[in-house]
This record gives sequence, structure tokens and C-alpha cells, in this order.
Amino acid sequence: MGGGLYSTEVQDFDKTLDLKKVKPYGDTMNDGKVQLSFTLPVPAGPEAIEAAKQLLRSMGMDNPQVVFSRELNPGFTFFNCYGNLQHTVNYADIHVPKVESTVMDMHGVDDFIREHIGRKLVMVGASTGTDAHTVGIDAIMNMKGYAGHYGLERYEMIEAYNLGSQVTNEELIARALELKADAILVSQTVTQKDIHIKNCTEFIEMSQAEGIRDRMILVCGGPRISHELAKEIGFDAGFGVNTYADDVASYVAQEYVKRNNK
Amino acid sequence: MRESKLGLDFNKVEEARKTAGEIADQVQRFVENYTTVSVERTLCRLMGIDGVNKEDIPLPNLVVDALKEKGMLADGVLHFLGNALLDTGSTPHHIATEIASGTFDFARLSPHTAAEINRVLEPYIGESVSRIRDKRRSREDRIEKLGEGPRPYLYVIVATGNIYEDTLQAQAAARQGADIIAVIRTTGQSLLDYVPYGATTEGFGGTFATQENFRIMRKALDEVGDEVGRYIRLCNYCSGLCMPEIAVMGAFEGMDVMLNDALYGILFRDINMQRTLIDQYFSRIINGFAGVIINTGEDNYLTTADAFDEAHTVLASDFINEQLALIAGLPEEQMGLGHAFEMNPELENAFLFELAQAQMLREIFPKAPLKYMPPTKFMTGNIFRGHIQDALFNIAGIWTGQGIQLLGMPTEAIHTPFMSDRYLSIENARYIFTSFRNIGSEVEFKQDGIIRKRAARVLEDACDLLEKMKEEGLFTALEKGYFANVRRPKEGGKGLDGVTRKSSIYFNPYIELLKGKR
Repeated sequence: MGGGLYSTEVQDFDKTLDLKKVKPYGDTMNDGKVQLSFTLPVPAGPEAIEAAKQLLRSMGMDNPQVVFSRELNPGFTFFNCYGNLQHTVNYADIHVPKVESTVMDMHGVDDFIREHIGRKLVMVGASTGTDAHTVGIDAIMNMKGYAGHYGLERYEMIEAYNLGSQVTNEELIARALELKADAILVSQTVTQKDIHIKNCTEFIEMSQAEGIRDRMILVCGGPRISHELAKEIGFDAGFGVNTYADDVASYVAQEYVKRNNK
Repeated sequence: MRESKLGLDFNKVEEARKTAGEIADQVQRFVENYTTVSVERTLCRLMGIDGVNKEDIPLPNLVVDALKEKGMLADGVLHFLGNALLDTGSTPHHIATEIASGTFDFARLSPHTAAEINRVLEPYIGESVSRIRDKRRSREDRIEKLGEGPRPYLYVIVATGNIYEDTLQAQAAARQGADIIAVIRTTGQSLLDYVPYGATTEGFGGTFATQENFRIMRKALDEVGDEVGRYIRLCNYCSGLCMPEIAVMGAFEGMDVMLNDALYGILFRDINMQRTLIDQYFSRIINGFAGVIINTGEDNYLTTADAFDEAHTVLASDFINEQLALIAGLPEEQMGLGHAFEMNPELENAFLFELAQAQMLREIFPKAPLKYMPPTKFMTGNIFRGHIQDALFNIAGIWTGQGIQLLGMPTEAIHTPFMSDRYLSIENARYIFTSFRNIGSEVEFKQDGIIRKRAARVLEDACDLLEKMKEEGLFTALEKGYFANVRRPKEGGKGLDGVTRKSSIYFNPYIELLKGKR
């Protein structure tokens, strides 16, 4: 067993990078190295290790190795594994839908709104449904922001309203209408049993019924949200991990200008 | 004079305590004049009223709602039940079922004297008090017999949504070394103005807190406790709109630890401050009597506000929570005051600051089983770095002698813990606790060094904040957003319509019977 330094096998695979046939990388191009951990509901022992290896093989891995295993509880065994993946991926042909806007910093966004819109943009945000987590909406909206990115409340040209958590879709839409919002920001943190999909779908249906679907820019965000998923549900854009207030503000400002200059 | 490894000025500490005491007294003067629908439902439960009607509405809700509708709530449910028992010769539970079916005749009620009412309620009151006392004793006996894990207790959560699946996860965690199992509640339960009934198998991000679920889990932990030879504590959430009701359900079923913090509900669940502070008072009286360790939620302040800049708000709030608990007769040994390891990992010397604050709290609240929360805000999905963040947190925990170490999971911010996540976390904590066991008594902190200066600074800032809050009162302080940068209006939030001013004949004998008693 063992790989890398300790390996005495001849590495007879092609070691040049081909973007049409990309493999995971350990320490040598195309070695296909993958690390994986999981638990099987079986007792520890040689049979358990063999079971884990067979699973790795069926996932398409050569040289499956179980480097650590431990019975967590009678009848449940945890494995740390490595293997060499046979599969490749055609990276060259991948197209992922992305939010199409240029990301500007806070001052850039303020200047952009001043120049192209000439008034403050109103944005109303909330963590909706039964979701009690404010961490996402706070990171985007609160004055202080998150990880060095100021929140929307700090933007001179944005009037930001953070309604907090556990806000119903009705309440959010009613407040957005009352405040004449230009954009609504929906935050979803809890995703167990796809509760966020149900909740967001309901929001989009209600916004259509209220006739605001095309009047306001509808944005969704959260750790498990992607732009693609948000578009599928019916939002204009989605913001996932590693996106901040500036991403959201830049998008809304540019989208607003794009729509109103048509 | 107490020894301080930080060179803390204990005169300042006592001054802060006195100021917090005055803040708590102001709150208490308000609280004593009011009752709430959940306090009254708690009294129903103490009278033995339990169960639901065909629409799954709990009987205590039906009774209290009926009294509220008839404008009889200000006199209290016990006044009503006393009269009803005297007029009908029936039992509280039977009267509740009649109210539920709409057959109870309120017109036939006649007023009786306080002495008569007391006499007729006495057997029910006595029975409920004994029931709670017996549960407490049986816990104490089990701990005596089995022993318990060393402090800090290892605290992990289960959150499958299905109580039966939870028991499996909980037993696995106990076998791996956990001392406290917290059953996370389903999202949104804190805003329900009733407690669901029976065993439940569906929840989002957690499991409904019901009396039956408490019983099922307590039994599972007793089983595994016998197996591993260690008492395993059970934790749930005595917060939200049903604070005292959940306290009494927990007291009946042998719950050991309860999240119990009105300030948390106000700030993070937008529960009306008047409602929840009234509820909290009675819930803490019950928790105190039942021998339950309460946990407070100050750690959450640092998830919205900055952990370095706002550290003093945590200390100030701990002082206030300590005083509010003392007013309710809850002893220091049961105060799991909250704090957290939440500084940005990129901050230079962050660990030194965290260590200073953890040691400071330890010295200021020497008898309290402090509840120490792991990093959450800066857990990114990089499970490998996350595991190291949790390791540093564990080092701070053992070094400063925390009471309850709420174990961080490498997969925080990704999913509710897998069985393997809990294993890795417990392994992390046990390794570090063993390896660092006596570091606290071996290492001293440098005179005028970073650690001592940090502690002095946080204490100073907390004193200033408490002074300001004393002038303005807790209600105004919450309206101004002093805690967690969150502002809450006194008349806003959920549950205010459940608050009622007590009439001159209102009575609740449990306050005297349980407060500060064993």
C-alpha cells in the first residue's frame, strides 16, 4: 500500500494536462488522487474494510485504500480512504451561468448609482419562512458587514431595510411594496429536507401574484444557494458562499440600469 | 481576597455586580405585577392538566384561552380552578376536558374564599411539588451511583428531527464520550405559543420539544449511562414563547440542562421583552427547584456583533443574567452563563484575547458551570482548518476550567452533525483535555502582558456599559441595541398580547413553594 514517495509502482500514465480529460491531482499530473471519508452501517473488521474498498471501486477508483477505520458505535464504522479516480471531466466545454455584472467596491457602487440612477436604491432583505438564522442577511446588510466587506446599510446610495429572521413571505412582500423597494433580498440558511426550495418557490409565486415579479429585482442568497439554483426557482440572481455585500450591490445597481434603459 | 491570575480588580467586579443587581431589580419590579398565558398554562400543567383535543390543541391552551376570552385571566387560572373544584367536586383535568368540549358551565361558578381555594388545591399542589422533587432526587442518586464525566462536560447536539433517530445518535455520542446531549429544537418552535404533544418524528433542523420526547430521550440516556458507567445529562430549550411550560415539562421528566434566556429570545427571535422577562422569572424558579443547570445565550451576541469589539457586552449581560437568576432563587452552581470563542482567526493574538476573556469569566463567576461556545461565525466549510479552530477552542476551555464545553464540529456551517463529525469532535476534545489537563494551574500570565491587559479592559468596558444601562433601564437598553447591535421595541415583537396585569386576588403559591428551595 501507500503512494507518492513510498510507491514503487511504475507510473505509466500520461502526465500531460489535457483540459478535455481532467483528473484529480495529488502530486503528479493525472494521478487521479481522491480522498474520501464516510460511515457504513456495519461492524468494524476485514469485511467492513473490503466493503469500503468495493464501494470505492464502484465509484470508479483504482487502487482503493482504507487508511483508517474505526467503529463509532456498535454497527457503524467510519473510514478514511484514498483512491485513484478513473473518470475524467471535460473542463474545456463547461459553461456555468454566472451573475453577469462587474463587482465594484462600496464607493464604486455608490458612484455608479449616483451617476446612472441619481437616487438611492431601496433594498429590503430578510431571512424568510421558519429560518431563524440572521447570519447571512446580517453579513450582507448590517453596517459592519462581514470579512472586511461593508454591509448595505453603510452604502450612501442604498436605503437598506433588514427585517431580520422568521419573516413570512407575505410580510416581506408587503413591506417591500410599502417601502417601494427596488430589490428584495431573501436569505436562506436552513436547507434540511429542501425547506429552502419550497419556501423560495412560494415567495416567487406570491411575488407573481402581487405583480412585483417584474417590477423589483429579486435576489436570493445563502450558503447552499447558487446562481443556477436561484434562476431555476425564478429569482433574478443567486449569491452563494464567498459572496458579499459588494457582489449583491454591484449586481442590483447594474441590473436596475440595464432594465430601465431598455 | 480572591487570587486572580489576571490581576483582576475584584472591587470593580463587585461594583459591576451591584450595578447589575439594580438593573435586575428594576426589571423585577415590573415582572411581579404581571402574568402571561404561558405562566398560566404552566400552572395548568402543575395541576395535572395535560393532553390535546381532536385538533391537537393542548388542554392548557384551551383552558387559558377560555379564561382570557371571559376576562378572567387577571385573577389567575388557580383562582378559577379552585372555585371550579369547590363548585363541582371534580378534578382540574376533568374541568379542562369540559372546557375543551365546550360543556363547562362558567355561569355556575360562585366565589369562594382564598382559604377555601387554597385548601381544595393543596393536594394537587403537593403532588406536583413532590413529583419534581422526586425527579431531582432520582437524578442525584444516579449521579451518586454512576458518577459523571470530569469538567468541562462534553456537550454535543443531535438534530435529526425524529426523536427515535435522535436516541440512536445520542447513545452513540455517549459511548464516544459525550456528557451532555442537547436535542436541537425544530426551527420555529420558539415562536409557537403552545407546546406540541406526544412523540414526534418530523422536524426541520431539529426535533420538537414535547414532554413525551423528553421522556423518550431521558430513558435512552439512562440506558446508555448504565452501559458506560457515567450519568449522561440531557439538554433542551426552555426559551421562546413557552419558557415556563417547558421548564415544568422538563422538571417532570428529569431534564438536566435548559437553555433559558429571555435576552436571547428578545434579540434573536424578536419575542416581546415584557412577555419573555415575565415568563423567564417563573421558568427560572422552576429550573432552580428542579436542579436544572440553565444556559444563557450571550455567545450569540458575537455572531452578529464583532467578538473583539463587543466582548464587554457578553460580560455585562452575564452579570445581568446572574442577578436575574438569583432573584428567581436559582443558585450559582446552576448558572451556565454563556460566552464564546468567536474571534476572527486572522486577528493577530486572537487566541490570547480569547484566553484572557475565558479566564476572566471563570474568575468573576467562580461557582458557575460556564457554557463555552465554539467558533461558528468564522467556520467556512474548510473542515480541516475548522478542526484546528475547534482545537484552539478546546485548549482555551481546559486551560481556563470551563464548565460546559459545547463541542464545535468541523462541519459547522455545512450540515447538522453526522455521527462521524461528533466522533471527530469528541476525539479532538478528549485528546486536548488529557494532554493539557493541568495547564491552568501550571502557567501564570505575565504582569502587564497582553492577556492581563485585555481582561482589565473588557471588565472596565462592561462596568461602563452597566452604569449606562442602570441609568436607562434594561428595556431602554434593548431598544437602543446595546446588545448584539440588535434593537427591539418594548411594545414590539411576538407575544405581547399574552401579557396580563395581575388582579388583587391573583395568586401563584408555587413562587413561595419553589423559589430558592430544594
